[in-house]
Amino acid sequence: MSFMSNFFEKSDLSRSEAENIISETLQKCDDGELYLENSKSESILLDDNKIKNSSYNSDLGFGFRAISDEVVAYSHSNEISKNSLKQSSENLKSTLKSVKGTYNYEIPKSNKKYYKNINPIEQKSLNEKIKILSDVNNYLRSKSDKVKQVTANFLGEQKSVEIIRSGGETLSDVRPLIRFNVSVMLEKNGRKETGVYGVGGRQSYDMYLKDDNWKKVCDEALRIASVNLESKPAPAGEMKVVLGPGWPAILIHEAVGHGLEGDFNRKKTSAFHNLMGQKVASEGVTIIDDGTIDNRRGSLTIDDEGTPTEKTVLIENGILKNFMQDRLNARLMKTRSTGSGRRENYRHIVLPRMRNTMMLSGNHTQEEMIKSVDKGIFAVSFGGGQVDITSGKFVFNCTEAYEIVNGKIGSPIKGATLIGDGPSILKEVSMVGNDMMMDPGIGTCGKAGQGVPVGVAQPSILINKMTVGGTKL
Amino acid sequence: MVKDQEFLKKKAAYCLDLAKKLGATDSSVVVKNSVSETVNFRNKKLDESNRSDDLGISITTYIGKKKSSISSSNLLNENLNVLIEKCVETTKNTPEDEFNSLPDRDLLAQEVKDLDLYDDTQIENDQKINYLKKLEDAASNDKKIVNTESSFTQNKSNFILANTDGFCNGHKTSSFTASSVTVAKDEKSMERDYEYSSKCFLKDLDDANELGKLAANQTIRKLSPKKIGSEKIAIIFDKRIAKGILSTFASAISSSAISRGTSFLKDKVNQKIFSDKINIFDKPDMLKGLGSRNFDSEGVKTDTLKLVDQGILKHYLIDTYNGKKLNLKSNGRCGGTSNLYFENGNISFKDLLNSNSKSLYITETIGHGSNIVTGDYSVGATGFLVENGEFKFPINEITIAGNFKDMFQNIILANDLELKYATNSPTMLIEGMVVAGK
Repeated sequence: MSFMSNFFEKSDLSRSEAENIISETLQKCDDGELYLENSKSESILLDDNKIKNSSYNSDLGFGFRAISDEVVAYSHSNEISKNSLKQSSENLKSTLKSVKGTYNYEIPKSNKKYYKNINPIEQKSLNEKIKILSDVNNYLRSKSDKVKQVTANFLGEQKSVEIIRSGGETLSDVRPLIRFNVSVMLEKNGRKETGVYGVGGRQSYDMYLKDDNWKKVCDEALRIASVNLESKPAPAGEMKVVLGPGWPAILIHEAVGHGLEGDFNRKKTSAFHNLMGQKVASEGVTIIDDGTIDNRRGSLTIDDEGTPTEKTVLIENGILKNFMQDRLNARLMKTRSTGSGRRENYRHIVLPRMRNTMMLSGNHTQEEMIKSVDKGIFAVSFGGGQVDITSGKFVFNCTEAYEIVNGKIGSPIKGATLIGDGPSILKEVSMVGNDMMMDPGIGTCGKAGQGVPVGVAQPSILINKMTVGGTKL
Repeated sequence: MVKDQEFLKKKAAYCLDLAKKLGATDSSVVVKNSVSETVNFRNKKLDESNRSDDLGISITTYIGKKKSSISSSNLLNENLNVLIEKCVETTKNTPEDEFNSLPDRDLLAQEVKDLDLYDDTQIENDQKINYLKKLEDAASNDKKIVNTESSFTQNKSNFILANTDGFCNGHKTSSFTASSVTVAKDEKSMERDYEYSSKCFLKDLDDANELGKLAANQTIRKLSPKKIGSEKIAIIFDKRIAKGILSTFASAISSSAISRGTSFLKDKVNQKIFSDKINIFDKPDMLKGLGSRNFDSEGVKTDTLKLVDQGILKHYLIDTYNGKKLNLKSNGRCGGTSNLYFENGNISFKDLLNSNSKSLYITETIGHGSNIVTGDYSVGATGFLVENGEFKFPINEITIAGNFKDMFQNIILANDLELKYATNSPTMLIEGMVVAGK
């Protein structure tokens, strides 16, 4: 059983009183809302042969936002009470003393839902979860005597949100989210290397763990660690890079995704702000940001302002088409919200953010790409990335990569950072593969101190020139 | 206003009592309240105001050697009743771990010194606005600056840590933080940089004018960067990057990484991991220190540690659980270091710049390229080419790489340490690293 949170049930504040305070506070503002959130999360961690941690968190609070022109006033609290909401209202009014805006009541509607209203935490008992984690530990340790450390964990969450706008319009959503991660460390002749893999999404644990599905996650972590145990120092310098499908799309997320978020472009601090309608990528490169894929980690039925999410085309056949927008930046840039307004939780203001960012398939094969490279690297798995949106420079860290010598895959190489320039890297893409793949569902994107779950996808791609940050000259 | 000690103590006592009634043999609880008020400016105009009032409680219950924990932001007793019951139930169903326990009683902090960590000053939004106006005027003085974003935050916090062995302590802390991020532009490039100041006491905060100027200058000097070729070159780390290398050292000597065998510094106590000249201290009792404390997050007293003495590693950072596993006593470092710093080196900043005919001065790194299992290091970087002691031109889109085992042995420090943050380093020179560029 699961149900919507009733935020006013145990409060001295009634829904209608709250609506009155909201409408009265926002009457001369351009936009704003009361955002209520109730989240329950659970984490169970196996490490070093033991259940190291079992913890449960329950978080409740509201964030009250008023916007006038470019100015945002925000106040949040854990106490849903008359006093607390009134104090927040006073805070907002004191920031926006002399404003004269017109409230925009319009918000698009949709009946589509991209995940079920479930509480994944309740769908499996603690004992069942502990059992799987110890099976994971035993399975990996029995596979090889080189296994010296195993860490495995479950993270489950159910977040209920409600958005009350001026005039009393109310929008709500219940969001399930789970993650299952395995990390394994191997040791051989004194050398240690780690392999990490995980899966997740907005659905129940059973989708990932039924039968022996969890073994696939273990095998993949073990495979990556084994490859790294044989790795040689990575080369240093500019060379051709073939990226595998799926998770390496972190490149897309860092290189162009952040730079196409509305706020940086309104403020003209993104390297892309003056490139709308221009060619920013090779022909054949199409990139979308999609919040509407069923049960994906980055999907949302509505965003955190209540706007239904959508499939937004960012780059179409090499041409820059759209930025990702929340309501504030959309209004100031005279366009519409793309349903990209997100926040980590009620403690944070809304920012335009990515959902599932994807490069669509082309018509080359990975084999063709590798064959065409005399000297370069083939990168299959990544740890994470970062971007400086102003200079456009971005990095991402390989966790599984190989050298390519004369069109053939050679030895594995040690983890290295790859660096490139966002606005020009996609022009260096010379082949787009026919093998688009989604990531396994474990990505978290950080911006302005807020982490939100996201997804990425891409086919294999060949990049003509990128700097590989190894140690071998 | 931030909740007082009485309120927090009452909540803590309520939780410990209830946990005991429900069958916990031991338990510990932290109750926190933090109130912060922020004003943001952009291009000399008000951009955002943000007030946050955060309550939080976390409870760990033990039944013998079984353990579980819960946390919540809802401090109403009826919610706590449900959660504590759930916590005790979960504890019963969690397997035993022989190393689970509260800290040894004789290690708990007995006396608590006043470390001067709380400034009662209440700064109104109008005062924040005045500070930010001054700051942004200074930051946008040069025409090359095309965007300024700055922020002023006042934070007041209070907490209580209590356990069933009778420990019950906590105190108020305050912080005042001002920051400035500027964007500069010329025909060829657009660059961003920043500066910030954070202090326990308002009167110690950097001057608004100085902060704005510094942020702007640091940004303007990055314009029109070049990319250089790949080579082995001496690298000089600006203090703000050098302190990150010190933090990586601290995570590699945390008792959890050591007991799990996932650190390149495992079994290195009493071995030489730096050159003779390197000394590293962690000093928790500095007055007004941003990392200062009387006890760690388990209540264990914290004394000053000389972590590295003439290049030799002397201590790990030990908490109760991992200490028991390693057969070592906790040294009060659950939750990490306090005020961590390298002792000054013996050459000046100028001599450090001059020590090689050609070197790279790094002011920013990006990416998560530190691997504490292997010690491998590879990050994206921006900075300047230095020739014969002089800054020649800005550099970007390069990476720097090495392995901490070698890098640590090669660290040379200048004598320009400033205690600005919780972790601090003088300017640092490391020879023998590889730059990848063109």
